[in-house]
Amino acid sequence: MADITIMKTPAETGLAQLFESLKGSLPGDLSVRETAMAGFAERGLPHRRIEEFKYTDLRALLREAAPFAEKPGSAELAVAFNHAKAFTGLAAARLTIVNGHVATELSEATAFPAGVEVASMNEALARGHALLGWLGAVEAARGNPVYELNTAFMADGAVIRIPAGTAVEQPLHLRFVNSGSQAFATATRVLVVVEEGASVTVLESHEGPDGLACQPNDVIEFVVGDRARVRHVRLNAEGRDALALSTLTARLGAEVSFNTINVVSGAQVSRHQVFVTFAGENSTARIDGANLLRGRQHADATLLVDHAVPHCTSRELYKTVIDDEATGIFQGKIIVRPDAQKTDGGMKSDALLLSERATMNNKPELEIFADDVVCGHGATCGALDEDLLFYLRSRGLPAAEAESLLLQAFLGQAVETVENEAVHDALVEVVEGWLQARH
Amino acid sequence: MPAVQETIDRVKLIDVDQYKYGFETTIEMEKAPKGLSEDIVRFISKKKDEPEWMTEWRLDAYRRWLTMREPRWARVQYPPIDYDELYYYAAPKGMTGPTSIDELDPEILKTYEKLGIPLREVEMLEGIQRPNVAVDAVFDSVSVATTFKAELAKAGVIFMPISEAIREHPELVRKYLGSVVPVTDNFFATLNSAVFSDGSFVYVPPGVRCPMELSTYFRINERNTGQFERTLIIADKGSYVSYLEGCTAPRRDENQLHAAVVELIALDDAEIKYSTVQNWYPGDSEGKGGIFNFVTKRGDCRGRNSVITWTQVETGSAITWKYPSCILRGDGSRGEFYSIAISNGRQQVDSGTKMIHLGKNTTSRVISKGIAAGKSDNTYRGLVSAHRRATGARNFTNCDSLLIGNQCGAHTVPYLESNNSTAVFEHEATTSKISEDQMFYCMQRGLGEEEAVALIVNGFVKDVLQQLPMEFAVEAQKLISISLEGSVG
Repeated sequence: MADITIMKTPAETGLAQLFESLKGSLPGDLSVRETAMAGFAERGLPHRRIEEFKYTDLRALLREAAPFAEKPGSAELAVAFNHAKAFTGLAAARLTIVNGHVATELSEATAFPAGVEVASMNEALARGHALLGWLGAVEAARGNPVYELNTAFMADGAVIRIPAGTAVEQPLHLRFVNSGSQAFATATRVLVVVEEGASVTVLESHEGPDGLACQPNDVIEFVVGDRARVRHVRLNAEGRDALALSTLTARLGAEVSFNTINVVSGAQVSRHQVFVTFAGENSTARIDGANLLRGRQHADATLLVDHAVPHCTSRELYKTVIDDEATGIFQGKIIVRPDAQKTDGGMKSDALLLSERATMNNKPELEIFADDVVCGHGATCGALDEDLLFYLRSRGLPAAEAESLLLQAFLGQAVETVENEAVHDALVEVVEGWLQARH
Repeated sequence: MPAVQETIDRVKLIDVDQYKYGFETTIEMEKAPKGLSEDIVRFISKKKDEPEWMTEWRLDAYRRWLTMREPRWARVQYPPIDYDELYYYAAPKGMTGPTSIDELDPEILKTYEKLGIPLREVEMLEGIQRPNVAVDAVFDSVSVATTFKAELAKAGVIFMPISEAIREHPELVRKYLGSVVPVTDNFFATLNSAVFSDGSFVYVPPGVRCPMELSTYFRINERNTGQFERTLIIADKGSYVSYLEGCTAPRRDENQLHAAVVELIALDDAEIKYSTVQNWYPGDSEGKGGIFNFVTKRGDCRGRNSVITWTQVETGSAITWKYPSCILRGDGSRGEFYSIAISNGRQQVDSGTKMIHLGKNTTSRVISKGIAAGKSDNTYRGLVSAHRRATGARNFTNCDSLLIGNQCGAHTVPYLESNNSTAVFEHEATTSKISEDQMFYCMQRGLGEEEAVALIVNGFVKDVLQQLPMEFAVEAQKLISISLEGSVG
């Protein structure tokens, strides 16, 4: 390979221009944004020669950088409200973010339990919120181009603080809705600081209409104090034409219990990145996912679990069902640092290919530097088991029903880790809805 | 779980400072001038008395190589190689190809005796139990002896140094050379295509089961040289051949480059078994010296129901960069990869396989065991892919690693790419595969838990080692008692 002079793509040029024109109006410390943008500009959009983006070539997928969405007016909010369907039946404190901007009109902030602090990220940045020092707490995420772009452009979102010892019963629902007819981009950042001994359930839903070519780039960052407990459920039900990039980072203290699950049924192209770092001993993390793909959807799940300290346990379970010509990607990596003895890490990615033209790329990776650990990874990939189908059909089930039943069972394994029953049922409904639409 | 004591002791026995083959042979050598240029490529080609097309082939490769960059994606670190400081051709004086054993320089003969490689046919016939092995001995850049050629010829098997094959069977060489590993495949393969000096050529005619094991023994002796051998094995329809390869080098403070290319072609119903015991000098415990082993090995299951099996035991080399692969082109073909890689001292291993399923109902199996000790790094990197048309493809991969001590690293980088819904891929780690039933059975027979695990896992490792032909059994024995208890993913 000869040295190739890298030409900037229209999207890269577009992003640079957008930054120049927006940087005066974005809230908070400009130098942080400039550093991130410089980092991004140096490397450009990641492409398939960049190992972490081997299967999701953003240079090819992101053809044009859409302008960032303006704060919507009340008429637009009313339209947007119609798209917000996820978790609606559930009792929760809600914060609604429309086109990347907090819509207080549509939020049920009064429902936030006593002591829980919620501020919009826009204000937090503008006023220099005391907790902003926690942004970027997970080092591994910082050099990531998607994360860098978010840092450069983040306009709104939320800063949430769960004070020490507070057990928040009702889930906090972060409701992201995209609405409009012209292509636009958003960059939101949510920081959740869960202090010592506190517990909370955070729900995230991302929705939008089909036909809207939006480009959301969402980052949620968890900073979890010792003995705290966090449950996080994320649902990507974006419209068919969205290109959705998202990042979750979590820095876990000692004796923490942290669970996160990402369910994807929407977006043309999606990439969900998870960066979890164990910073205290005896903590446990579960990172699960269920991806339901059809048409020409492309869904990438990229995980990095960093066991930096001893005595921690991590489990990753991803279930991917791929129909039509869709593509599923799982890239997981567990790092066990030299002193992280007694680490217990287990990673598994299972994929079912329902159509001849479906594609699955699995890359479950281990990087181990400690000798007294138990780490395992597994990956499977194949079609529905003929024998199981035959068994069900011999019991009188029609083919379609038999398939649905098996798929439900397959996906159920990932979803069943959600303990909150109402949330669990809501996810099962998503799965069932997807299966029904198959036939 | 940490490694058990028995394993630790075993690995120590083959630690870098225990290297037995580090002696040097003093012999007058003839070398090409230092460095690499078109003239050097022509020089090598002329030395080998090659036809014009071969010279052009090499020159073409050389020109392409000039435009390529060294790959840096592997998990290995080494100082930049100065390709102009190397000698690309070194041969014992007056030798351009194999002569009769009697004419062979006694020093060379002694070298091979010391290494335990019999070059005299009579000696080999003495033992009744021992089956015959035909040996091609490659000393730096030339093949110095090939045994049992006549007997093999009776069966129609062609076994000779590749330089000889280029002259004697140009039609075969021209047809197959570079057809599995194209000239521009990668940096090191292209370099090899330009300057390869010797190696073995095997052709097994249709329906012939090769009457004995074939083997090549590679020895690097000269200072500052690189060894670039090229092996080409063709198993015609319905034939079978088992080929062994061994390698050693003297103990030296400088790094030496070994960039080989191996191409295997199996036609309809043919089977090739390729085994390697790689024991190049690994460098000392501080990481000084040692061989850089950058090797491209690939087999093409071109015909229906053909089989290619790679078995490797890797204990040597300062750096190993090698991915013996199978292209499963023919319907119903099968590829297998069995590997045990042990790294000690400051060795770095980045090895694995590629199983590329193109044909229908193709199957592959990958069993890899990596053991890292000292300050070494051991990486398994493997690709399994199924093409759109590869209906019914099946793969099972199992890769375990074991760490001994807390200054080494074991890494696993598997890639599984499926483009076909009927392809079934499974990738798992053994530790999770020991069933409770097996454990229960062993333990109710009075075995302790640890013993039970050791028994079950050892049984599994032996499975891998049994893939090695008997000739390597002795070397393999050393490894057999390595328990993989405490292995991780």
